[in-house]
Amino acid sequence: MADEKKDKDEKQPSVAGDVGALLTGLKTTLSESFRPVVTTMYPEDKTPRSERYRGRHYLRRYDNGLERCIGCELCAAACPVGCILVIAAENTDENRVSPGERYAKTYEINMLRCIFCGYCEEACPVQAIVLGPEYELSDTSREKFIYTKEKLLEPLPPDVQARLDSKAAPSPPPSPLRGEGA
Amino acid sequence: MNDFYNNAIGHWVVVVVAMTVLLFVVLTATAYTVWFERVALGRIQRRPGPNRVGPAGLMQLAADGVKLAFKESFIPEKTDRIIYVLAPAIGVAAAFLAWAVIPIGLWDYYGPKIQYWIADVNVGILVIFAASSLNVYAIVLGGYSSNNKYSLLGGLRSAAQLISYEMALGLALVPTFMIVGSLRLRDIVEYTVTWGPYHGPIPLILLTPIGFIIYLISATAETNRTPFDLPEAEQELIGGFLTEYSGLKFTMYYLAEYLNVITVSTLAVLLFFGGWYLGPIPPVIAFLFKVVIMIFVYIWLRGTFPRLRYDMLMRLGWKVLLPLAMANVVVTAVVLVAVS
Repeated sequence: MADEKKDKDEKQPSVAGDVGALLTGLKTTLSESFRPVVTTMYPEDKTPRSERYRGRHYLRRYDNGLERCIGCELCAAACPVGCILVIAAENTDENRVSPGERYAKTYEINMLRCIFCGYCEEACPVQAIVLGPEYELSDTSREKFIYTKEKLLEPLPPDVQARLDSKAAPSPPPSPLRGEGA
Repeated sequence: MNDFYNNAIGHWVVVVVAMTVLLFVVLTATAYTVWFERVALGRIQRRPGPNRVGPAGLMQLAADGVKLAFKESFIPEKTDRIIYVLAPAIGVAAAFLAWAVIPIGLWDYYGPKIQYWIADVNVGILVIFAASSLNVYAIVLGGYSSNNKYSLLGGLRSAAQLISYEMALGLALVPTFMIVGSLRLRDIVEYTVTWGPYHGPIPLILLTPIGFIIYLISATAETNRTPFDLPEAEQELIGGFLTEYSGLKFTMYYLAEYLNVITVSTLAVLLFFGGWYLGPIPPVIAFLFKVVIMIFVYIWLRGTFPRLRYDMLMRLGWKVLLPLAMANVVVTAVVLVAVS
């Protein structure tokens, strides 16, 4: 009974209580305004990204300079939006591009279609394609969003290299098809 | 100087120069009030506010102004064209008109006192009220002529709000006039008391604290600022009377709003905080300091309180502020008679 009465008293509106509430609000906003700003100044500062962040793609090479891609088109098959185009060609002894039997003569990714799901990276048997950390991919024409093989073969950023190394990928992989060239 | 001022032509030269200076100073002050508000609101929300254009974002308003000026001056179809174009101009004109009678003390030491004013009217405060109540025409006519139901609703709300709060605003200042015995703004600032060893000007808020609180609330309502910005309540009325305005005409409304903020802050300083008197500090600096503090109070209120519901707004105006202001007048009168 006493508790009930107390509850009722607390709910009674009073001028002093209302003004006190307003002053509490003013105090809160004033003290907040002296606390440090939490905004990240974007173009200058960037928020850290997860090391598994999926941004633009890179094609990798072996340490000896050969391309990893063997033109198997598993990435293109795995891609849910069909943004990868691979046209394979045979390696010959005169023109050896990758250690495997074939290599990717054309490798194009349509970045306008890509949804950055990373399935291509998972599908790749030789870990030739990886997704890097870059996300600022805007450009001025649609054509520039078709990333060609030259662009994709740019050197990997060091943090991606570190991530791949930590996975202890077999490098170079045992060739299932034939011996190491000559 | 006095001879020059008393000469008919010299008088006009002085007035025209004063008006030109005023135009530039007040327009610049308006721009930086907007900057100040954006930064202060940002800090309250722990954002930095504008900081890209120029040092500390100080050129932001120049960029905004250029952008607004170059926008297409679009007039929607089936508007009442003449009124539609005229309404924002009324707003700016009314906002500037109040500055005709606002005095500013510039220098107070050796030699003559230097003060600035365009017109030293003996009913100065009434002139300001007359000019600022013209603001309601800008909003109502803008809302009416836009041929848009949201604009119209915003305009109607504004009419009701401004009329309601004007009463409380006027009555809140009556005790000040009764104490000082003059409506001239300079006389109010120069009002001196002799309290024991102290002889000099005092901030009148010491004598009329209730009047100041009523003034603060109803001036916020008069300038249509949060938490009383119902005419442009964007969640329910899109942009209220501003909905159909863009480009330079929008700029004029915007300008008028911030001009009014400066005006009511200045008026609060003149009427309640002793104007340009603040101990040994040079008058013009003391005056600016006080005005900036008052503007900050308005921004602070905006950054803190949510908008009132419409019926609460009316209840506050008619059932709380108006009776309080009347009681304040009566009590002050009784005290004045008792003291004398």
